[in-house]
Amino acid sequence: MKQNTDNNKEKYTGAEIFVKCLEAEGIDLVFGYPGGAVLHIYDELHKQNEVTHILVRHEQGAVHAAEGFAKSSEKVGVVLVTSGPGATNAITGIADAYMDSVPIVVFTGQVRTALIGNDAFQEVDTVGITRPCVKHNFMITDVKDMASTIKKAFYVASSGRPGPVVVDIPKDITEDSCEFEYPDKVHMRSYRPNIEIKNNDINTAVKSILNSKKPVIYAGGGVINSNASSELTELAKYLNFPVTNTLMGLGCYPGDDDQFLQMLGMHGSYEANMAMHDCDLLIAVGARFDDRITGRLDKFSPNATVIHIDVDPSSISKNIKAHIPIIGDVKDAVKQISKQIIEKKLKPQNIDEWWAQINEWRKKDSFKYTQDSEIIKPQYVVDRLYDITNGDAFITSDVGQHQMWAAQLYKFNKPRRWINSGGLGTMGFGLPSAMGTQFANPDSLVCCVTGEASIQMCIQELSTCLQYGLPIKIINLNNRYMGMVRQWQEFFYEKRYAMSYMDALPDFVKLAQSYGHIGHKIDKPSDVDDAIKDAIKQKDRLVFLDFITDQNENVFPMIATGAAHNKMILS
Amino acid sequence: MRHVISVLLENESGALSRVAGLFSARSFNIESLSVAPSEDLSTSRMTIVTSGNDQVIEQIIKQLDKLLDVIEVSEITSNEHIEREIAFVKINNENIDDKMMEKFSKNEFLKIHKTKNSEIIIECVDSPQKINDFLESVKNIAIKIVRSGAVGINSN
Ligand SMILES: Cc1ncc(C[n+]2csc(CCOP(=O)(O)OP(=O)(O)O)c2C)c(N)n1
Repeated sequence: MKQNTDNNKEKYTGAEIFVKCLEAEGIDLVFGYPGGAVLHIYDELHKQNEVTHILVRHEQGAVHAAEGFAKSSEKVGVVLVTSGPGATNAITGIADAYMDSVPIVVFTGQVRTALIGNDAFQEVDTVGITRPCVKHNFMITDVKDMASTIKKAFYVASSGRPGPVVVDIPKDITEDSCEFEYPDKVHMRSYRPNIEIKNNDINTAVKSILNSKKPVIYAGGGVINSNASSELTELAKYLNFPVTNTLMGLGCYPGDDDQFLQMLGMHGSYEANMAMHDCDLLIAVGARFDDRITGRLDKFSPNATVIHIDVDPSSISKNIKAHIPIIGDVKDAVKQISKQIIEKKLKPQNIDEWWAQINEWRKKDSFKYTQDSEIIKPQYVVDRLYDITNGDAFITSDVGQHQMWAAQLYKFNKPRRWINSGGLGTMGFGLPSAMGTQFANPDSLVCCVTGEASIQMCIQELSTCLQYGLPIKIINLNNRYMGMVRQWQEFFYEKRYAMSYMDALPDFVKLAQSYGHIGHKIDKPSDVDDAIKDAIKQKDRLVFLDFITDQNENVFPMIATGAAHNKMILS
Repeated sequence: MRHVISVLLENESGALSRVAGLFSARSFNIESLSVAPSEDLSTSRMTIVTSGNDQVIEQIIKQLDKLLDVIEVSEITSNEHIEREIAFVKINNENIDDKMMEKFSKNEFLKIHKTKNSEIIIECVDSPQKINDFLESVKNIAIKIVRSGAVGINSN
């Protein structure tokens, strides 16, 4: 309600200011779910047309959708949920965004300020619960702080190393009123995300790059976050250096390029992991040496000089000592290195011998499989999906074997096409993140590669997909097992398959149909192509493809936890 | 190795729990922590005593620096610095003879407070090491010990 005061400045309620802030931030989409504490805000959203609210079916879905939206665009994802259970349901998504550095802002309702601390109805200490899994969080305790806090939230979420920011808003703050002005600048004396890169570090890095005989570039999600793909690709091509990607980095270097060694790590390619082990120079770009990458730390790249480029100082020398740390924006750093090398036309060492060695390793063809029987191999489905879509679809995935096969076999040539949950490994991520991806890319093909266990964790979102007409293609690799769990039990627990068999599965075809979508079951290899092609032809319908796949297939290669990189299990 | 880290942070609700939470979440050691407003009332200064190898200390400093409420972090043990801590020790009169009493009164770092009952409280302000020594010397007669944790400042 607008009220005129003595000095004729208009006053707005907190709820009105909230919506005005989103408009001022250029936010046109919010994923959310209403409840008591946020009803004033919902009422304001209802009255306007600038900001569209997408109603999910579970708050976890809202956060994953916002993540998919953010990862597949360059925008910040926005979530609005109520207090108490609304906030706790959002936690998994918030933690997921924290682990994978996804820029999202999550607004949570809170009980009235007078009730805080009284165990009021639907009260939880949201700021306390989310503290360990956010980049930062705020509680607004005065309506006058609403605009500046929201401005800060968006700034913090999207600058430096991106991450989730939670803003907790007590209900009375949305009723109180004050004047509105959206600040155009943020000042936070304790937050300095733009770190100046030291010239010296660049020079030292350039020297070792030009001296290396066995280099490897190990590029991660940071390259995508800083939009540095083309800069990195140009540098790598100029140097003729081999490049491997982390699970989060896939797409930051063209997946079908000759210099690409595929993904590295626990289920990475033989050549990538061997190159990491034997290299004399490791150029880590926007990657963080997590344990799924390094395996056994003391046996990791034993002879390499490590250049580590990252915007987050705490990522550097956390797990692996960086000999040449370069702290700052990845894109800036790569540009500065290129300036020293490409512009000056400096030549690296001849690394033919290194390439000969790598090509030798490549002969193992470590992602190979054979589709020889009448049972569909899960890898075959991903392979066909890649071919039929020309490698140009947005692929989201859940967590398990299917995720690894999608990562191994779908060759991503562009950044922001591969949307998955890497750090937290959250089953349930696939479908809602596909929704966010589809909203951000309405005219593109979005496929969700999932498993029959994962898909059931956020299956309720099929309803959201119908409401908003999202034509997602669900590629369910149905092996009737929590396949990844089964694989570990086969290898490390003498085939005692405790609780990993998926009993009492629903009929996914009927399930899809009852949600108003198209469903197909495919159990013959010869039907795979047509099923995918027909699904893609359904431009405005969600199609659920239930592929009945080989139950016994395992993901190879595999580096067992705590093993060295040159100790891979190949088959 | 033992390290003393001085942290300047926003004087905001929640800032302390961000720091404390960081230490437990990343299983960093925390020996003592003391905090109070600094010369600028919008900020607090915190002294954290911790231990770990160089790599751990580097991570502690980087992770503290990454917290949005933290304005400045410095490790003060690697340079010249002063550290002080306060301890109160409650002792029953019966366990103190005249000789001990005399020794206590002569020590310029100790203050003796009488209570209404048959106990005295000895107040000791000194370096953490000296406090340790003093507490060791009275450990058999102390009924209650209250320590503040160290505060420190660079002196170079
Ligand atoms: C929320 C959650 N719970 C448990 C796990 C542990 N987990 C990892 S993979 C997996 C099995 C996934 O099975 P499915 O979705 O069928 O995929 P598959 O491995 O068979 O391809 C489980 C239970 C997890 N990652 N996330």
